[in-house]
Amino acid sequence: MKIAVVRFPGSNCDADAFAAAEAAGAEASYVWHRSTDLGGADVVVLPGGFCYGDYLRPGAIARFSPVMRAVAAHAAAGRPVLGICNGFQVLCEAQLLPGALARNGGLSFVCRTVTLRVESDATPFTARYRVGQELRMPVAHGDGRYVADEPTLDRLEREDRVVVRYVNGNPNGAMRDIAGITNEGRNVVGLMPHPERAAESLLGSSDGAAMFALAAVAAGV
Amino acid sequence: MTTTAHPRPGDPPITPELVRQHGLTPAEFDRVRSILGRAPTFVELGIFSALWSEHCAYKHSRPVLKAFPTQGPQVLQGPGENAGVLRIGDGWAVAFKMESHNHPSAVEPYQGAATGVGGILRDIFTMGARPVAVLDSLRFGPLESDRQRYLMKGVVRGVGDYGNCVGVPNVGGDVAFESAYEGNPLVNAMCVGLLREDELIRAKAAGPGNPIIAVGSRTGRDGIHGASFASEELSARSEARRPQVQVGDPFTEKLLVEASLELIRSGHIVAIQDMGAAGLTSSSAEMAARGGVGVEIDAALVPVRETAMTPYEILLSESQERMLVVAHRGREREVEAICRKWELGSAVIGHVTDDGMYRVRWGDLVVAEIPGRDLVDHAPVYHPEARESGEIAARRARAVPPPPAGQDLGQVLDRLLDLPTIASKRWVYEQYDSSVQTNTVLGPGGDAAVLRVRGSSRGIAVTSGGSGRYVWLDPYEGGKAVVAEAARNVAATGARPLGITDCLNFGNPEKPEVFYQFREACRGISDACRALDTPVTGGNVSFYNESPAGAVLPTPVIGMVGVLDDVAARVGAAFRSRGDAILCLGRPAGSLGASQYLSLVTGEVFGAPPRVDLAAARALVDCLVACAAERLLVSAHDVAEGGLAVALAECTALSPDLLGAEVDLTAIAGGLDAAAALFGEDQGVVVASCRPEHAARVADTARRLDVPCAAVGRVGAPEGDLRVKVGEARIARPVAQLRRIYEDALPRRLDGAGGMQLARSA
Repeated sequence: MKIAVVRFPGSNCDADAFAAAEAAGAEASYVWHRSTDLGGADVVVLPGGFCYGDYLRPGAIARFSPVMRAVAAHAAAGRPVLGICNGFQVLCEAQLLPGALARNGGLSFVCRTVTLRVESDATPFTARYRVGQELRMPVAHGDGRYVADEPTLDRLEREDRVVVRYVNGNPNGAMRDIAGITNEGRNVVGLMPHPERAAESLLGSSDGAAMFALAAVAAGV
Repeated sequence: MTTTAHPRPGDPPITPELVRQHGLTPAEFDRVRSILGRAPTFVELGIFSALWSEHCAYKHSRPVLKAFPTQGPQVLQGPGENAGVLRIGDGWAVAFKMESHNHPSAVEPYQGAATGVGGILRDIFTMGARPVAVLDSLRFGPLESDRQRYLMKGVVRGVGDYGNCVGVPNVGGDVAFESAYEGNPLVNAMCVGLLREDELIRAKAAGPGNPIIAVGSRTGRDGIHGASFASEELSARSEARRPQVQVGDPFTEKLLVEASLELIRSGHIVAIQDMGAAGLTSSSAEMAARGGVGVEIDAALVPVRETAMTPYEILLSESQERMLVVAHRGREREVEAICRKWELGSAVIGHVTDDGMYRVRWGDLVVAEIPGRDLVDHAPVYHPEARESGEIAARRARAVPPPPAGQDLGQVLDRLLDLPTIASKRWVYEQYDSSVQTNTVLGPGGDAAVLRVRGSSRGIAVTSGGSGRYVWLDPYEGGKAVVAEAARNVAATGARPLGITDCLNFGNPEKPEVFYQFREACRGISDACRALDTPVTGGNVSFYNESPAGAVLPTPVIGMVGVLDDVAARVGAAFRSRGDAILCLGRPAGSLGASQYLSLVTGEVFGAPPRVDLAAARALVDCLVACAAERLLVSAHDVAEGGLAVALAECTALSPDLLGAEVDLTAIAGGLDAAAALFGEDQGVVVASCRPEHAARVADTARRLDVPCAAVGRVGAPEGDLRVKVGEARIARPVAQLRRIYEDALPRRLDGAGGMQLARSA
């Protein structure tokens, strides 16, 4: 299993995602944002951070990076893409996922450990969880409030495309407590919480580790 | 010696008035003249003004700072560099330093605080260390005023946005509120970095002919004379200084971190330094002085972002996110390639020389030529008069009145937990990313934070803080107390304290009462550091923290680093399991002088602050470390503001399950008044918990090290109450209620209007 972690200027969770991928037994590599070659990766991870400083709007500049053409092609081929936090924002800006991430309801950055409920196990990243399972992992973002119009939200729910939802407290005011979603093809997943920060019990939770331990079959190899 | 430099057409003439505006005294100006053998040019005047400012030259503090203990087998780099460096074992080392950004934050809280974080990050990665943690110690006036809420919100947002964007976790610090900080808040930021011992690089220029390269952001007109601004009192005119506050760009900083570390590892460079206070001037002059060489810079080659900038402006700009690099000759292209990869500009702006001269050109014109050593090492040194204020001595001598009879002690506890200084700082630290980099084993909210050292079994514990109140009432004892408290905080996690950095925030040192505070506090810090074997590795002095309302409380903030040989042995602050034994390590003596209880009850701050017995402080630290290494403790929490009662409330409120606790302090109170036993702020007491079967071993360890240890209760109480008994006196409170008060105190003051009314019967 080869997992490529994309590095934009301003990515700052790239090393964390890399470490979590390696710990899960994958062969991890970095892909620089100027590259259009994913190096034969089975899975692409867009990590957290503030790509290009996110001064305009999170992900607004990153979507134009050369690497995003390769990511889009990878996604179009049905291969797995995971966007974490800033990576989720980039995927929405790039229209690989519907909706957008708006400023947190409380208007402040929020870093805390939250509880998520797995709503769908029908993605390559949640196949190792069971629906209804509760996961503890940190959030750390200023723009994490998932928003979309009502028909989009209804459609996401109807098609079982809400992947994880906040329970026991919604840290950012996300609509319908949505923490993560998937695309129509179910191969692209974006979520605001950080599974790579919850990948070993020494750090308080290992609930996120399985997101990086993709089944070979799900990765299409 | 005579040197030659020429004014630039258009430069103002050097008049006494201009000299005064540059903050140089007539005597200092005479010294400049004798160094140069002539009158300075305008550019040279600016250079002297910046490098001889208090901020850069430590004119008033140097003789005092020299008395700090700075040696030890663990010290890889002591004071004098961008940061101190300590060995932590297995070839690993930590670089750490703390700095103030008080004055910029007073006039522009968001950018002032943000750039404070940016500057301290650069001091760490220029040593070759990757920044792994930020901490911040903040002081404001009471939150009842709009201005203070504005300042606090801006500062917290500034600290958060910068560190969050760069991706360095903010894991701790402290926040306190006193009216003396109303006109002059304190914003002290500390950064900790990790490196391999053999990756250490020093900011020492060498090799005549080697190119000097500016890397990072272009130079603008922001922050000109920031170092001088930091060296004067705040006044009604300070608002006009707003344009001197720099603007931060954390995105560029993130690129600088990566580029700098890559440059250092590449072997292409000799030295690297941040263009911090006094910008290009201080960075180039200090690197040259450390290496005993000269430098020649052509200011016209510095990339600028504004038109028609003069060499004076270019030299003194404090534009952020700029580094100065000395490269090996012939490696200019390699350096440029690394910078370009990280999308950073770079330009060769000069070279190292062998004539010891600090020379600045503007194209063909030499606009400054100053003997480098005289500029940096021979700045004026003052030995100001020191005299204790009689008013403060009288305040200290005032007897603490006996606690009022019939006081509802439970209500006192409620009100203490609601004091912003004591209450939970969650409102602050949840705005900071504390888990990025995936090393945070113990995050903010406890005694010290613990980070694992990836690739080894070790961990480091880090903390920063200090009580200005104690130092105000007794500078020597207070100085001891801030170091001892930092050591207890570190040791509570199981880590062995290794060394400190300090940020010494005081008023105007030209006032004898202020200089007395400074000198005595430093003496206390020195004695404590010797006793605890925690050398001073560097830091920062911030004088002139005065507003028209007067000086701030003398506030030495101590940043301490400790090491855990096995990070898995770390100990948290919260009680964890029902039935665990609660132990009190150290002996409470009921010290109510200068306490939060006393000011709550009387509305005044007075009395003698608690004294630290340094031998006992050392024994307690050793005991905590030994118990943690043997995995005997489930929790350990230092007793500080609010005393044992507040510490017990925190141990229960921080526990995720509302277990409660039953505690009987009668035996250890030994006849003390109940309020004194509960709320006394004795320095040297820790509340710990352990499994019942380990209690005897903890007691044995304590006895062996001569630390008083008493079993005072157990974790868990019916209905999740905290029940504390002292003789006939009782406190019984549902922990859920205590937690609500503790957690709501800041949000209700900062987010909402008004506040919860607590009964005022104490």
